[in-house]
This record gives sequence, C-alpha cells and structure tokens, in this order.
Amino acid sequence: MDYSFSILILALPLFMFLTLALGGNKMSQKFAGLLGTAGLLTIAVLSYMVAFQYFGMDRVDGIRPALMPYNFEWLSFTDKLTINLGILLDPISVMMLVVITTVSLMVHIYSMGYMHGERGFQRYYAFLSLFTFSMLGLVVATNIFQMYIFWELVGVSSYLLIGFYYTKPSAVSASKKAFIVTRFADLGFLLGILLLSFYTETFSFDQLTADGGFFLTSTSGATFMGCSVAAWAMALIFMGGAGKSAMFPLHIWLPDAMEGPTPVSALIHAATMVVAGVYLVARLFPVYLSVPEVLELITWVGAITALYAAVVACVQSDIKRVLAFSTISQIAFMIVALGVCTSMIPSEGGLGYMASMFHLFTHAMFKALLFLGAGAVIHAVHSNEMSDMGGLRKYLPITHITFLIACLAIAGIPPFSGFFSKDEILAAAFNKSIFWGVWMTVVAAITAFYMFRLYFGIFWGKEAKHEHTPHESPATMTIPLIILAVITCVAGFIPFGEYITSNGEAYHIHLDMTVAITSVVCAVVAILLATWLFAKPNSKPEKMQAALPRLHKWAYNRFYMDNVYQFVTHRIIFAYISRPIAWFDRHIIDGTMDMFATVTNSVAEKIKGFQSGKLQVYVWIYIVGAMILAAAAIYTLCIK
Amino acid sequence: MSILSIFVIIPILMMGGLFLSKNMNQIRTVATIGSALQLIAAVALVVLFCGKRAAGDTAEMLFMADHVWFQALNIHYAVGVDGVSVAMILLSAIIVFAGVFASWKINPLPKEFFMWLILLSIGVYGFFISIDLFTMFMFYEVALIPMYLLIGIWGSGKKYYSAMKLTLMLMGGSALLLLGILGIYFNSSADGNLTMNILEIAANDAIPHSLQKIFFPLTFIGFGVLGAMFPFHTWSPDGHASAPTAVSMLHAGVLMKLGGYGCFRVAMYLMPYATQELSWIFLILTGISVFYGAYSACVQTDLKYINAYSSVSHCGLVLFALLMWNTTAMTGAIMQMLSHGLMTALFFALIGMIYGRTHTRDIREMGGLMKIMPFLSVCYVIAGLASLGLPGLSGFVAEMTIFVGAFDHTDTFRRVFTILACTSIVITAVYILRVVGKILYGPVQDEHHLKLTDAVWYEKFSTIVLIIAVAGIGIFPLWVSDLIRESIKVISERIIQ
Repeated sequence: MDYSFSILILALPLFMFLTLALGGNKMSQKFAGLLGTAGLLTIAVLSYMVAFQYFGMDRVDGIRPALMPYNFEWLSFTDKLTINLGILLDPISVMMLVVITTVSLMVHIYSMGYMHGERGFQRYYAFLSLFTFSMLGLVVATNIFQMYIFWELVGVSSYLLIGFYYTKPSAVSASKKAFIVTRFADLGFLLGILLLSFYTETFSFDQLTADGGFFLTSTSGATFMGCSVAAWAMALIFMGGAGKSAMFPLHIWLPDAMEGPTPVSALIHAATMVVAGVYLVARLFPVYLSVPEVLELITWVGAITALYAAVVACVQSDIKRVLAFSTISQIAFMIVALGVCTSMIPSEGGLGYMASMFHLFTHAMFKALLFLGAGAVIHAVHSNEMSDMGGLRKYLPITHITFLIACLAIAGIPPFSGFFSKDEILAAAFNKSIFWGVWMTVVAAITAFYMFRLYFGIFWGKEAKHEHTPHESPATMTIPLIILAVITCVAGFIPFGEYITSNGEAYHIHLDMTVAITSVVCAVVAILLATWLFAKPNSKPEKMQAALPRLHKWAYNRFYMDNVYQFVTHRIIFAYISRPIAWFDRHIIDGTMDMFATVTNSVAEKIKGFQSGKLQVYVWIYIVGAMILAAAAIYTLCIK
Repeated sequence: MSILSIFVIIPILMMGGLFLSKNMNQIRTVATIGSALQLIAAVALVVLFCGKRAAGDTAEMLFMADHVWFQALNIHYAVGVDGVSVAMILLSAIIVFAGVFASWKINPLPKEFFMWLILLSIGVYGFFISIDLFTMFMFYEVALIPMYLLIGIWGSGKKYYSAMKLTLMLMGGSALLLLGILGIYFNSSADGNLTMNILEIAANDAIPHSLQKIFFPLTFIGFGVLGAMFPFHTWSPDGHASAPTAVSMLHAGVLMKLGGYGCFRVAMYLMPYATQELSWIFLILTGISVFYGAYSACVQTDLKYINAYSSVSHCGLVLFALLMWNTTAMTGAIMQMLSHGLMTALFFALIGMIYGRTHTRDIREMGGLMKIMPFLSVCYVIAGLASLGLPGLSGFVAEMTIFVGAFDHTDTFRRVFTILACTSIVITAVYILRVVGKILYGPVQDEHHLKLTDAVWYEKFSTIVLIIAVAGIGIFPLWVSDLIRESIKVISERIIQ
C-alpha cells in the first residue's frame, strides 16, 4: 500500500497557515474563510483515504502493523539520540487523524457563520490552520521528541486562539495562564523525556514500546528516592499529559480558556488538544504497563479529577464553564480507563485501553457538538450566563434537538454513542476493582445530572427577557450541528474492538449487562432528578442551595484552586523570590560594583591634595620625608 | 593573504568610505554596500568551509595564514577558522547588516556613529578569525573601546554613567584576561620556544597543572565578564538601557558572544586539566545566572532591563553548557550563542523602534500596541516566542541540545543544576508573556499612542532579516549543528582526556 500522499496531511495545513498569515490581510473575509475550509476539506478527505486504506488492509500476524511512510533526521544530539520528523500510521494515530480532521472541518464551516464580520477573521483562520497542523503533527509523531515539538506548537496555537480577542484583558490573562500552566507541566514532560532517553538511548516509539521489557532491562537497578528511574520518568511524562489534558491539579487553565471564541473551545479545548494527554499515555501504553505504580497514580489522578470536575460543573452558571468542567471530567474517564489496565490482552484486564480510545472518539464528536450548540445559543442571546437563557427551544429548534442528542449521549443513554464507550470504561473499572467501578458510576450519574441541568436551564425553565427575539443560526452553523448529531447517534455501533485494542488483536465488544443496566438506571434517575428540579421554574434549586450553603459556595468557587495558584505565583514567586532577587541585584551586587568606583573616587579625592602646586607644601613634605629617611638610615646603621 | 582577512579589509575600506562621505545618502550607501558585502563574504565563507570539509579536509582550522608581526614576543597575525568561528562570523555579519538598517535615521553625527560602529565590527571579526592570543586580545579591545563612545554620545538616559560603568567593568575583565594570556604565553612550551599560537599551545600541552589552576579562573572570569556571568553582569542592564538601538543589537547580539567564545577557545581549550578541576565553581555561578536572570526579569518594568536580564539568563546557559564539556552540550552552547545573538538583536531592534515612537520603555505606560503598530507587535511576539523556546524558532533547538547534553552527566551535582536550568523554560515564559500581555494586548493605555505609525521599510527590512535567520536555524537546525559539532568535538575530547 502506498501512503506517500500522507505527507500532504501535514504540508497542506502548514501551507494554509503561511498563506493566510502572510497574505490574509489582502484577502476578503469570505475568500479567507472559504480557502481555509476548502483546504481543510482536502485534508479531511486525505485522512479518510488513509483510514480506509489502513483499516482495509489485511492483518499481519493478527495485528495491524505500524507503518512509517516518512521519517527523516531533523536534528542529531549524539550518535544515538536524534530527533526525527516523520509520520507514523498505526490504529490510534489513524483514528486521531479522522477525529481531528472531522471536528476541525466542522469548526471551519461553523466559524464562517459564527465569526462572520469579526475583526481579525483572516488571522482566526490562519491560527486554526496552525493548530490543525500542529495537532496532526502531534498524533503522527514517530518519536517522543517529535511529539514534544508539536506538543509545544499546539500549546502556542491554543495560546494565540484563547487570546484571539486580544483587547479584552480577561482573554489576555486567560491565554497567559493557559500557556504558563501547560508550560509548567511540559517541564515535567521534558525532564521525563531526558530521563527516559538517557537510559534507553532512544526517542523512537517503536523501540521504547518494543516488547515492554526492553525499557525495564536497560534501567534495572537505578532508583531515586525509593522509586525506580523508570517510574520517575513515566510519572514525569504523565505530568506533561496531565497539564495538557487539564487533570487536577493542573486543570485551572481550561475553564479560563473559554475566553476564546466558542468554535475554538469546541476544537481545541474539548475535542482534540485536551485529549493529547490521553493519547500520550496510550502511545506509551506498554511502557506504562511495566510500571504499575505509575498506573496506580494515573488512576487516582483521573478519578479525583473526574469527581471534582463533575461536582463543580453542577453549580456553574456560565454555560461554557459547565461544558469545560464536563470536558475535564470526561477526559478523566479516559485517563482512568487507561489507569485500570493490568495487561495487554483486552479480555484479561486490557479492556480499558480500547474503552479509553473509544470514549475519546465518541466524546470528541458529542462534546464538539455541545460546544458548537452552546455557541449557537450564545450567538442568539449574546450572553454566556444561564440566567439570560431559558425557554429557547421555541426559537432554536435545530440547536435544541442536536443539543439534546449530545446530552443524552454524554449521559450514557442507549443507543447514543456515549453509552457504549462509557459502558466499556465502567466495565474496565469494575474489572480492576469494585471500588473504582462504583466511583466511576457515581461520577457518571453526576454527569447526567449536570448535563440535564444545563439542558433545562438553556432550553426550558423560565424565559429570560431578550432585547430582540433570539433566532436560529445560519446554515453554516446548523449544518455542522446536524452532521455531528448524526455521528453521535451512530458512532456507538462502530465495531471499535475490530480496529483498536491494546495488543492489536481483534476483540469483540460485548455489553456487560449488569454494568450497563446499573449505569443506565443511575443516569435515568439523575436525569429525572434534574427534570424535577429544573424543567419548570420553581424554587427547589434555591432551597437545595440553602440546605448545603458551604458545599455550594466551595463548588461554585471551584474549591478555591485558582486562589491557591494565585497565592503561590503572586505571593510566593513574585513577592518572595523575584522581587528580592531584583532588589539584591540592584542594591547588593550592583552596589558593590558602584562601591569600587566610589571608593576609588574618594581615595583619589583624598590624595589629590598632594598635587596642590603649592611650593611651600612640596618643600615641607620633602624635608619631612628626608628627615624620616635619614632617621631610618641612622637607626639601621648605627643602632644595629 | 588569506581569504579571512577580507573580514578586516572590508570594514577598513568602509571606514575610509564613510570618512569621505559628504551627506546622509552617501553614508547610508557606504554602510549598506559594505555590510552587504560582509554578509555575502560570510555566506561565501560558510559555503567554502562546508565544501572543504565535505572534500575531506579534516584539519582543525581551515584557511590558515600566518604573518610575523612582532618577532621579539612571537606575536603573529595568525588567522584560521573552524566551524564555530564560521558560525560566529555569519552571526556577526547578519547583525551588522540588520544594525545598519536599524540606525538608518541616526542623529546626530551619523558619519561618526557609523565609523565607530564599523570599527567595533572590525574588532569582532578580527577576534573570531584570530588564532594568535595577542592578536585576539588586541581585536577584543578594539571591539570594546568604541562602545564607550557609542553609548556616551548617542545613548539615552543615564548614558555617561552607563558608558563608564560598562567600559570599566569590561576593562577590569580585560586586565584579568591579560594576566591570564601572559601566564599562558610564558608557559606555552616546555623547551623554551614560547608561542602565542593557540594551536601550538594546545599541541605542546605544556602548561603545568598547578599554574592552570591559576590562569584558568583568570581567563574564564576575564571573558566571563563579557559573557554576563553572575556576579559580573551588572554592566549589562544599565549598558543596554542607555545604548542606542544598533549598539544594543551588536552588543547583546555579538559582543557578548565574544565572552563565551573566548571562554572555550582560550580558557577551556588550552587548560583542560583546570577545566575539569575547577568547572564546578563556575557551574555554580553560571547556574545562578540562569535562574537569577530569569527571576529578575520577571519584575522589571523597563523593556530593555527585561531583555538585559533575559540575556543574563540565556548567556548564563551558554557558559553553563560549555562547562558541561561534552560534545552535545557544547554544540548546544554554540547554537544558543547564535540563537541568543539573533533573537536579542531582534528584541533590541524592536524595542528601539517602539521607544522611538512611544518615547517610553516603561511597560506600565504602554498597552494595546498590537492595534496601533501591528507589524512591530507581531515581530515582537515572534521574538518572544523564539526566546521562550518555541519549536521552529532557534531557541528551541539550542536549549534542547544543551539539556540533552547536560543530562549526560550522572553525578548528582550536575543533575541538580541541569534540572534547575531546565526550570528556566517556565520562568522565561512568565516574563515574556507578561510583557507581551502588557504592552501589545489589552486596551490602549495612552491616548497619544493612537496617532503613532507602524514600521517603515528600513525597519521592516531589518527585522525581517533577523526573523528569517531565527526561523532558518529553528526549522533547519541540522546543518548548523553539524557545522559546529565537528569542531567542538576536537575541543571536548581534549578536555575529557
């Protein structure tokens, strides 16, 4: 099979970026939008071609082989350590190509309507192309350093897009926060890479993941603070992933990132970039399996994040923030699914890998749909606040139906796609232990509750006063909604186990009836509770709020995590490290240097009197000097 | 006559041409043609050098020439280049070229300004091509002295103080250096055939270990002052803040590289034993420079101070990597010199252009410039991204090479310092984004700024040249790293022995 055309998948978006960035201000908005969309359509078609070719191919020894149509040397560090840039095609990267290009295409089409007439429209499309390029480069990376390179590039695209409305101070600080928090996490990633490559002498994924044991044998014996070096390296690399995927406690940037335009939130902060952390763990899955203590850590981080974000999402009033916390919680599901794995074989504890990738796929579709739907709502009422909405189902019929489909999917109601993928995750969690199973089922129930709180808050409930009647969005915005809704309805029936499993062998998905029934019952109960509370205007929500004032306040303020960070950065780093250092530099170090100068000056000032030009003084000094010398001479010659 | 002497002859001819010029147009013509010729010559040198290497010429230095200059003390005009010097010459030529356009409208005394600037470039080129210690030292001084006048006359703010401070501190460094050089000279040979030639001294390998321990710190600190090593860096913030644009560019871009270059070419290469023994002291100092500069930059409010402290941090990383003395880390150090040179020059050029319009460098008094001067602002963002190590721009490849190389040491001391140095990538992001957020984004702070205009053609040209160079290294790093690695290997292997 020939995959040489796959280079175009990377080259085209880069070319689009350069064209739009350099020539954008000479184009009309319409042309720039169409150009960007047409370019992305081509990339999407190419990705589908790759996917069809790849998954249509016969299995070799029961698995789908990893292919590398391109891999060239970009920079060499030592004889063994070189950074290559290339394209790696294996089941998960091909799946990611499909996910990214599909969502990106939808967002490109949608943005033509949503961003219509905005200042900087061309720049917006340029950044979207840059992001698409970076994200595609990330998923097809052949080695961990290439991944790191594109990892940084998606970070900067995200920075640029969050700060798109750069005259708005809140957007500027949100973009800065996003970049710095993820940069901090990337420091861990970088150290992890350095540590890993130091012991294994390779960056390349195929060597790192080869039979899992390769890595361990080469680091055996080396320990640091009671843990093996392998565990440290993998934990540090996971830190990078946790930053990008907004895992607790590195999640604080994601809710603020909602300052960006809504389609950007859909693309970057819901469907693609934020799952990079999940993808990273999946990519290095065999290595993670060899360090079970890190997998344990991953499970805990994921589980805590899932619960935390779900609780916070229940009380937020900004619809994009609800969705942001929901995203954090759902990504945590994927992380947990990977964490609970115990072996490479799907039927013996490796189910989580498949479940995680499956959920990644379905979540990308329905979460993009939710965000784009939220964008349509915001477009109609010009506000993010739930209090400005309510009763919108009459005005926005298409948005309403598609949003409902997405809500049902995320709540895990059959036959929508979220049900199937979430069910696999819960099954994997129950496989590991009943504890994780129950934990995640509870979170799934909370998910259903807050999503329907959101749904009723927007489309039902009390109608807010509008300055002008809200109206349905233009076709450029509703068509992507409909397409994504259709995908959400049918994606659950994809035989995912055929394509992606932990060891590459085909695995037939079968529903675990006990798990499925439990989770559906929980979800339905949660939805009914939400209906009872929020469907009609009533005072019950306020009563509940009053009954649990402290919990509500803490959850509403996101358990004060932002304040903790604020304290650490401003109070400690700025006030107690940077300022004293700057003061020390100006006053102590520089003061010492200046002191040399002043001392020299003042000494010179003191002794310059000797050169007064007065003859009497000279003669006087001469006589005194001569007398001293004479006395000394006499003393040495005669007394001795 | 070696081809290398062209780099001294062109500027001398330029000075003659400038001397004869009668008006601004003639001055500009001479400066443009001359600096363009230098750039062409530098590119030609790279091509010739790579050609010779590809043809299998493995001599340590190429294009050598040797003329006796002062027989009694064995002082020769001896020149020769390896990959590192070639890279440095290219860097200097690019920055001089961009600097000429950045000072297109210099006022007053344009003729004198350009003459001093060109004299400075003679010193720089001469330093990089010399392989004779004395000639090298002479060119080093030639590069330093014009700085005093350039800052003192064309500077701004506390210019007399800054010019004096900068010159005196660097002269103090030179004094130590001179001692070191003389010390090396008088121990350069075991059989009495004293020599100033670096290659011969290295080949003789005659400096006793006990004396190396004295002369190594002298030369390293001597050059380290110019490389802004903690605690001898305080000339840098004041000096940069007062210097005119092109001088800041040249000074941070090229002159500070003289420090790093001298450190490994003279101190480390000639005294490998002392390097091994004493590197830990300087590793601590440079390690401090790296995060000290970065943290200081976080709270500064003057644009030039921020960049000066950022330079302390980045140049600290250069010396830090050199002291790791393995091929990878040292290659990274040279790449960091190139990268830092280009992006700081870009920064200072942009700051000069912004200052020329707003008449303030205080970040609290600016805001929303992106709307008013989009071209300059976008360039500033690009420079910022290069500085914080975005892949695809030069900073990333340099830093990564350094970190990978430094990680090769397994002892706890170096590991800890390496990790400490790595944390600077986060702090760099903090101060860069702080500035970008304050001055470029947000609402416009000052009503008067709304009337300002964007860059004009010569300013655009100057910045574009630098951006192309920064992106060029960032996107195609392999040729630069190969060019440097071969030459560095000779030096690092000598130290490791």
